[in-house]
Amino acid sequence: MTIEPPTTAPLPGSVEAPVLEARGVTKRFAGVTALRSVDFAVRPGESLALMGENGAGKSTLIKVLTGVYQPDEGELLLGGSIAKFARPLDAQRAGISTIYQEVNLIPLMSVAQNIFLGREPRNRFGLIDFTKMVADARGLLDVYGIDVDVRKPLRSLALGVQQMVALARSVSINARIVIMDEPTSSLEAREVETLFSVVSLLREQGIAIVYVSHRMDEIYRVAERIVILRDGAVVRVGQLSDIPRVELVSLMLGRSVEKVRRSGSTAFSATNASTAPPVLVAEDLSRRHQIDGVDMQIRPGEVVGLGGLLGSGRSETLKAIAGVMQLDRGRVTVDGKPVRSGSVPAAIRAGIVMLPEDRKAEGIVPNLSVRDNIVLAALPRLSHAGFSSRRNQDAVVEVFMKRLHIKASSPDQIVSELSGGNQQKVMIARWLAMRPKVLLLDEPTRGIDVGAKAEVQALIDELAREGLAIVLVSSEVEEVVEGSGRVIVLRDGSIETELQGADVDEEHLLAALAGVNE
Amino acid sequence: MTEQTMTVSLPTRGVGLGILQTYGVYLAIIVLLLYNFFFTPNFFNIGNFRTQFVQVVPALIVALGMALVIGTEGIDLSVGGVMALAAAVMPLYIGYGLIPVVMIAIVVGGLVGVINGSLVAFIGVQPIVATLSLMVTGRGIALLIAHEQLVSITDPTILAIGRGTVVGIPCSMIIAVVAVLLIAVLVNRTTFGKQLIAIGGSRRAAELSGLPVKRILLMVYILCAVLAAIAGIIGTARLGASVPSTLGNLIELSAITAVVVGGTPLTGGQVKVIGTIAGAALLQFISATLNQHNVPDAYSQIAQAIIILFAVYIQRGRLAVR
Repeated sequence: MTIEPPTTAPLPGSVEAPVLEARGVTKRFAGVTALRSVDFAVRPGESLALMGENGAGKSTLIKVLTGVYQPDEGELLLGGSIAKFARPLDAQRAGISTIYQEVNLIPLMSVAQNIFLGREPRNRFGLIDFTKMVADARGLLDVYGIDVDVRKPLRSLALGVQQMVALARSVSINARIVIMDEPTSSLEAREVETLFSVVSLLREQGIAIVYVSHRMDEIYRVAERIVILRDGAVVRVGQLSDIPRVELVSLMLGRSVEKVRRSGSTAFSATNASTAPPVLVAEDLSRRHQIDGVDMQIRPGEVVGLGGLLGSGRSETLKAIAGVMQLDRGRVTVDGKPVRSGSVPAAIRAGIVMLPEDRKAEGIVPNLSVRDNIVLAALPRLSHAGFSSRRNQDAVVEVFMKRLHIKASSPDQIVSELSGGNQQKVMIARWLAMRPKVLLLDEPTRGIDVGAKAEVQALIDELAREGLAIVLVSSEVEEVVEGSGRVIVLRDGSIETELQGADVDEEHLLAALAGVNE
Repeated sequence: MTEQTMTVSLPTRGVGLGILQTYGVYLAIIVLLLYNFFFTPNFFNIGNFRTQFVQVVPALIVALGMALVIGTEGIDLSVGGVMALAAAVMPLYIGYGLIPVVMIAIVVGGLVGVINGSLVAFIGVQPIVATLSLMVTGRGIALLIAHEQLVSITDPTILAIGRGTVVGIPCSMIIAVVAVLLIAVLVNRTTFGKQLIAIGGSRRAAELSGLPVKRILLMVYILCAVLAAIAGIIGTARLGASVPSTLGNLIELSAITAVVVGGTPLTGGQVKVIGTIAGAALLQFISATLNQHNVPDAYSQIAQAIIILFAVYIQRGRLAVR
């Protein structure tokens, strides 16, 4: 199955009738109104951005559009006639596809099987025609310039490639509308470019794109119209060219334009250099195919950015230091004392803690309370002879919930009910309760709303000022540059260069990431 | 990576289902008791309840250990084999008196736990596979030890475990109460309990938080096997004979049912001690009710199967919320 060349290419931003429309959609959950009479329309061949803070109702709206939820009031119109989706399959059959930030396919099945899952080509015996399936899958991926062995299991591919496979799958199901929910959050720069070219390809074919992202650069590149949600209601619909960035942020936050402009777009203050002797020294960290000879020294009170594209070894470097990953070579010392490598408990005892990248799978324990999640690592310290002490726990939990402004109904609330930003704060609290010396942060603000992001950034600043040594990995150039005093740039598992002082800016970092010599 | 997003599409549960999940087992017990109150003669007297309690003790003790294992997102199918092994070794050391016999039976059972736990924690074998192999070999070895013979036990101190009383209370009942209290404290009041539950909730998160995941898993399987060995000792003492061929047959099914019916999800991350007791009690009342109305025993096994299906069905709704 390949993509046919467009027959009648509609003009971008045409005033054609909407292909999908929501009228007065209201959705309530146990008394909480998640969507308040939302009107929403997307036309064929159009790329429409959907923005809003977490909790603004984006996810709920997407779930209504894709049949996961049914609206309490209002209706959906598909091509002008009323549509009722009782379940996600109905929406899919109607031509609405969704690309989630987390790849929603089957890791152990082959790429080809994933692409044709549920609609495998059959031979004349009614059995799956594997030869044809593999050929079709290859043809489909070729269109997007994705060169992989389609017989390999999906999980053997990089996350970014997996997502392109998901995209190829949904487009090949004759989608009329593709909803992309933070599609680039795990893509490399090169893959983002591929994605964007696929988006324009789709639009030429008259497919409508609904693009959800926290990244403003992308929104302005990809979309022409925008719907901004806040507190479950639409606060603005318009052409993106009419809405400057600062206004967009202020609309999402519900704050005045002046205030946003004054505070800048990240919450980092000026960064401070430190002259104390290094607390963390890592030498020659190496592991086959992942990192090779990485050295670094981090002083108390400084935030060191670890730059690099996906696959450059930045997360692996953090994992090596935190004892999560076994090393072939290399050593880590804290305050001059060697830390046993490849052991998380040893690293934690030495004062090294890491906030993992994948908060849902590696960070929170979803079915436990906020309290239990915060004290998880510190439990033995808060116990007497193996018996856990509620009083000790409450003291710690209270301090951190207050300090990090964790919004939960009580410490007993189940952590998975919290917003992403608050979950991240719970994770940070878990580590601060260990009184660490070195804090390794892997994408601390990924996938959390603008408000929580600013709070986390301000917190990183504050912790550094209190003397913590912090290593910051972020795929957002702006965050690395504004948050770090210096930046170590990795490329293909080795240190490419280190930016210091005045060189710590977006221009130099981008050049270093791209491997361009100055 | 994918699991969490996939559950979202399931329908959310109603309020009624929520009540069933939490209190269903207690409701079922009340319904059964009411039925028996009206329709079963001689059900409501102390003697009968005492009999019921004594009968449920082995299954209850096994279920307590099973609850811990299931709490870690594991399962232990070898508990029946452990009971058989414990029964098989008892006659061999009968001459040394009560304490050595009990200790040896517990150590032998515990060894099975060490193997289970090591396979699961250090080698990474799936719990169902690891314990399935010991379910079969455990009983096999037990039969080899006993030369497939039934050996009767006459030592009065050992028989007292199953038949004796202390100030009118059956010894087995006292052992069960002590086991319940210890496990309840372990689960709710100790670091070990909290860590065990966290491992069941998210093993990866527990590892990255520096928890001694492997050691805890090993300990959990040892504990489960030790409890099964104790159940084997009590069962043997009650029978007055070592019967490794049948003792503890299908007990894993009863134990898992009791745990799941009691509200501990098979996906781990929770351990309901009181619920497990209620689950075991429910199973006992069902078989007693059927028994006293002269329904063949096979029907009570069918009833058990239906209950476990229903309990798991109800839990599915709870998971979908996450």
